[in-house]
Amino acid sequence: MLLLQEAAVHATSAAAGQAGESFAAFAPWLILALPLLGFVLNGLLSITAARRALPALPPVGDPHWDAHHEPSEQEHHAHGDDAHPAAHADDHGAHGHDAHGHGPKPATHTLPSFIAPGVLIAAFAVAVVNFLRMLAAHPETAWVHEYWSWMPVNDPTGALRVGAAIQLDQLSMLMTLVITGVGSLIHVFSVGYMKEDPGYPRYMAYLNLFVFFMLTLVLGASYPLMFVGWEGVGLCSYLLIGFWFKERANADAGKKAFIVNRIGDFGFLIAMFLLFANLGTLNFAEVMERAPAQMAFGGAVVTAVCLFFFLGAAGKSAQIPLYVWLPDAMAGPTPVSALIHAATMVTAGVYLVARSATLFTMAPVASLVVALVGTATAIFAASIGLKQWDIKKILAYSTVSQLGFMFAAVGMGAYVAGVFHLMTHAFFKACLFLGSGAVIHAMHEALHHTHSDMDAQDVRNMGGLRRYLPVTFWTMGIATLAIAGVPPFAGFFSKDEITGAAWDGAHGQLPLAAGLAKVGIDGTLWFGLIWGALSIAAFMTAFYMGRMMIYTFFGQNRTGEEERKHLHEGSWTLTLPLVVLALASTFGGFLNVEREVPIVRWFDFGQGEALHRWLHPVLAGADQVAEANGIAGAAVEPSAVPIAVAILLGLGGLALAWTMLSRRALRTAAEEPAYANGVERVLYHKYYVDELYDRVVVRTVGWLSRLQAGFDRYVVDGLVDFGGKMSEWLGVALGRFQTGQVNTYAFAILIGVTLVLYAFVHT
Amino acid sequence: MSFFAALGRPEVLDLARQTHYFWALLPEIVLTLGAMLVLIVDVIHKGDRSEPSRGSIPVLTLAVLAATALANTALFGLRDVSANGMVAVDGFRTFTNFVYLVAAALCIAISMGYLERRGIMKGEFHALVLFATLGMMLMGGSRDLIMTFIGLEVMSVPIYVLVGFDRMDPRSSEASLKYFLLGAFSSGFFLYGIALVFGAVGSTNLTYIAETLGTGTDHGHERLLMAGMALTLVGLGFKVAAIPFHMWTPDAYDGAPTPVTALMSTGVKAAAFAAFVRIFAVAFADAGAQWVPVVWWLAAVTMVGANLVALTQGSVKRMLAYSSIAHAGYLLVALLSGGDTGKAAFLFYILAYTVMTAGAFGIVIANSRDGEERVTLEDYAGLGLEKPWLGAAFSIFLLSLAGFPLTAGFLGKLYILRAAVEGGQAQLAVILVLASLVSYFYYLRVIVVMYMRPARSEGWHAGAGLPLAARTAVLAACVVVVAMFFAGAVPMRWAEQSALSLWRQPAPVAASPAPASLFR
Repeated sequence: MLLLQEAAVHATSAAAGQAGESFAAFAPWLILALPLLGFVLNGLLSITAARRALPALPPVGDPHWDAHHEPSEQEHHAHGDDAHPAAHADDHGAHGHDAHGHGPKPATHTLPSFIAPGVLIAAFAVAVVNFLRMLAAHPETAWVHEYWSWMPVNDPTGALRVGAAIQLDQLSMLMTLVITGVGSLIHVFSVGYMKEDPGYPRYMAYLNLFVFFMLTLVLGASYPLMFVGWEGVGLCSYLLIGFWFKERANADAGKKAFIVNRIGDFGFLIAMFLLFANLGTLNFAEVMERAPAQMAFGGAVVTAVCLFFFLGAAGKSAQIPLYVWLPDAMAGPTPVSALIHAATMVTAGVYLVARSATLFTMAPVASLVVALVGTATAIFAASIGLKQWDIKKILAYSTVSQLGFMFAAVGMGAYVAGVFHLMTHAFFKACLFLGSGAVIHAMHEALHHTHSDMDAQDVRNMGGLRRYLPVTFWTMGIATLAIAGVPPFAGFFSKDEITGAAWDGAHGQLPLAAGLAKVGIDGTLWFGLIWGALSIAAFMTAFYMGRMMIYTFFGQNRTGEEERKHLHEGSWTLTLPLVVLALASTFGGFLNVEREVPIVRWFDFGQGEALHRWLHPVLAGADQVAEANGIAGAAVEPSAVPIAVAILLGLGGLALAWTMLSRRALRTAAEEPAYANGVERVLYHKYYVDELYDRVVVRTVGWLSRLQAGFDRYVVDGLVDFGGKMSEWLGVALGRFQTGQVNTYAFAILIGVTLVLYAFVHT
Repeated sequence: MSFFAALGRPEVLDLARQTHYFWALLPEIVLTLGAMLVLIVDVIHKGDRSEPSRGSIPVLTLAVLAATALANTALFGLRDVSANGMVAVDGFRTFTNFVYLVAAALCIAISMGYLERRGIMKGEFHALVLFATLGMMLMGGSRDLIMTFIGLEVMSVPIYVLVGFDRMDPRSSEASLKYFLLGAFSSGFFLYGIALVFGAVGSTNLTYIAETLGTGTDHGHERLLMAGMALTLVGLGFKVAAIPFHMWTPDAYDGAPTPVTALMSTGVKAAAFAAFVRIFAVAFADAGAQWVPVVWWLAAVTMVGANLVALTQGSVKRMLAYSSIAHAGYLLVALLSGGDTGKAAFLFYILAYTVMTAGAFGIVIANSRDGEERVTLEDYAGLGLEKPWLGAAFSIFLLSLAGFPLTAGFLGKLYILRAAVEGGQAQLAVILVLASLVSYFYYLRVIVVMYMRPARSEGWHAGAGLPLAARTAVLAACVVVVAMFFAGAVPMRWAEQSALSLWRQPAPVAASPAPASLFR
């Protein structure tokens, strides 16, 4: 990541110097092909492994088989809190200690350890080569290459041309680096985390497939191709959430994610239809070129397109009201949570909005909606995170909240800030999730030894782990400082840019503010509100992260005497990714240091705002729209207020958590109640949104479908059966004429002759 | 065709010259000689002893059919420049001749073993099949109503005999008598119709009739012509078994020895349809306003009625009889669709239909035993499991008859539907689809019974099967049914060319201004 940062800084000088040089991509298809190859190879290994296991496959629950192959995975039970104790008891009774490394493993379980991370690292290398070339050339236009024609439709009313084309520009380059870079680290982590699982090759195959689809999503040169990736990552998400599908709750969580995402996909599709109907194309380059000319600024069409795209983004990126699937998605293995449900897939919505910046700039109302929904999600999810006990649930709500920040940013037109936060969030949230994975790994292993049925994911049962897991503690600590917004860690800079944008907006200095004024809305009040809400959310973030760290790593250890002896750090495959991500979380922020931050002057990081310059060609279209409509932002008056507030809130949240919690004797889950008063109770139950959805949506749909099933069974089937019966009766009736008597037959012929003769003579 | 050219065949026939009839009738001549040869060889074999014929007789019969097919290729690319020939020399005749020959060959092939089991292995059977085939070729290839009638009788009389060929079986004799009585009845109508048409137009030559109706000149005998057309339609309707002239069909098909049933539902029907096309779609083409509505109703009633009655049949053989009536309805739709696409669809379908129907009857024969037919639905229970090859082949034939994709029947129906919609008969197309929807039930029911019901008793299917030659023929039919789906374009192109030749007017010949028909 240092390399990335270093290079990005160079970009500024490169951009200034040799902007005209042409950019020649180096086999960008390899970036896609390598993970796909990994998927194919691991998939074959998985099938082989499954075939070998087949004859030995006993009825479900056979203890002997379980004893050797059942996963040592803890999050076997990582879902609904209620089911835990019973599941644990079963688990321990069934396989005891011996799930860890018995004898030599078959090739199907060793090869994926090399293939899966190998292809990712190779893809990352190819991406870096392309990045360096792009850095040297800094092309002003996107590099697009069509490999074959995918969907050619000739129609008199308008031809649809969708090619299997890759678009490589600064935005997709950045996303590709994040996906392959962070993805490589998480693949390495997965090797340490998942290698004892009987489904290991299958897991790695899914993970490779996910990366392939995620890269398709960001590298595709058109909305339909993006949609292919969009659906593909949805599929992989479903497969990985329900990876341990033998437990019903996991399978249900997968289904929930899939179904909720369908609602969003509906929006994505409608937006594409609208775009094609109005512009006659779906390729990014053509859409961005034609949109300003063919659609009215602030008009109904472009607003509808943007709102429907946002519906799609809200589904994929877990925004209100479609966020409910993400906390449940923690049922999947923890590296999956880190890669898919924190660092990459869930940010696809942000990428979509940034990619469509030109459109969103043209639709101020839609942009404001995006910003408001993002802000609401940020504060809403952060408040739920205050009172969760499951370490992964805390991080899940934190992710939802941080995604809200990103949407607030892109909604306000601060696309660079949104993408910047996307990137830093990928670093520190991946670090936090992998750290939590290491904690759970250690906890579960310790609990294993004593057959304890304590919940390995409940922070109340941990405590004092910094002595046993020092690397995890320090790396997670850094990530926590980053997410809490403590300078100079990465999250501070990116989050500060977002709140800073809101502050500017409140002072009428954002293009969006001018755009809103143009359609008759006074945006400043809204932006003030957004700034306030985001600040509170940032404060809550610092608090719940501090609370999580204190419960996990500080105070007395609460795992128990016997268990404590078995608490230890995992292998290097677990710790190395943590260290790298912690470094990235520390320095990643300097990539886009802005304005008057003192550090810039002290350390002289060049001109600063490297990311702004880097992404400039991508956002040029949006800027042109803003200029053409006279809403380009005024020169921003630097202000120390938002920076100061941000620093104070970050430190304040952490300090509050420290003073409230650390001196108190923390207690285990058995002793400590889940909530103490009404407010905590509502927060603990996540505002009862799941219950509300169940009552209002799920039951209504269930009732309707039962009604339809009845209609189908009695009316539709009835009609069909009646048709069949009628045919039979008619057949029997007509068959009566077949008497076997020749005179009857001759008579029938005679009647026929009469009729035919009459018909001829009559006409 | 350089082979025949080397033998002295002229490039262009002129049937005004008698000698050219040798070439025009070459297949018929070969077939006639061959049939007589079969008869004589059989008599020489047996002398005055009463014993089954030798196994070489069916082989010889197949050889005769093959020789006829070879002779038929002499007609490829030939045309007749005269206006008044008695036989048509066109691609349509070549195509349909092949269909009759295929039908006859399959009939002979599947009769192997069957005749021995029923104790009717006599050389007359094979000679009669050949003579019936000769009748088909004459009827379908005729260009004159008198010739059509002669062909019809040459075809029918051997069939009457063949239906009652098993004299020991009262059902066979009963079927034969019924068919003969009603056949004679309908022949009377047909002949009367010819007489009235001749009275109205002044000729029995189809080309002349077409030209007379085409010029639109008022011949002053409108009513006479209408009545003639009506009675001709009745005669043909009887032979193709269209409702309400179909009532003989189930009884005759059911009572006849199964190979004969196969021949009746394929070759006989094809010949009658070929004549139907020549008389109505070509000669009476310009009187379409009069006959199209009537045939429309015939087609609709035939499709709906036959499929409905087929639903209630408990005997597979009888079900196939009704199925053949229903297919007559489909073929009438093709005929009504008009134009080259309609004719091409007709030709394609008649070929597909012949192969799949003969194949299906082949399986019916495979399931029969000494002395018992075993044609009820229950008799087929478990066949698919105990005799997988028979079950699979029967399933393919039935699915093709139903018009299921991956079979010739599907493509055939598709072509007919396309022709119907293009030809402005969309309503008939809808009726066809609905009627064949009903047909799925009774075709699939057989497959369900074959695969999902246990056999009547242990070893029930032990003796089911066919001798090698018959097995080969059924397998070939099976392959053709599937191949015609995947390579459907090949037969379709041939059918299209044949249909085009049917419409080609004979080249104007100045030398013969007036038709020189016998009755002129």
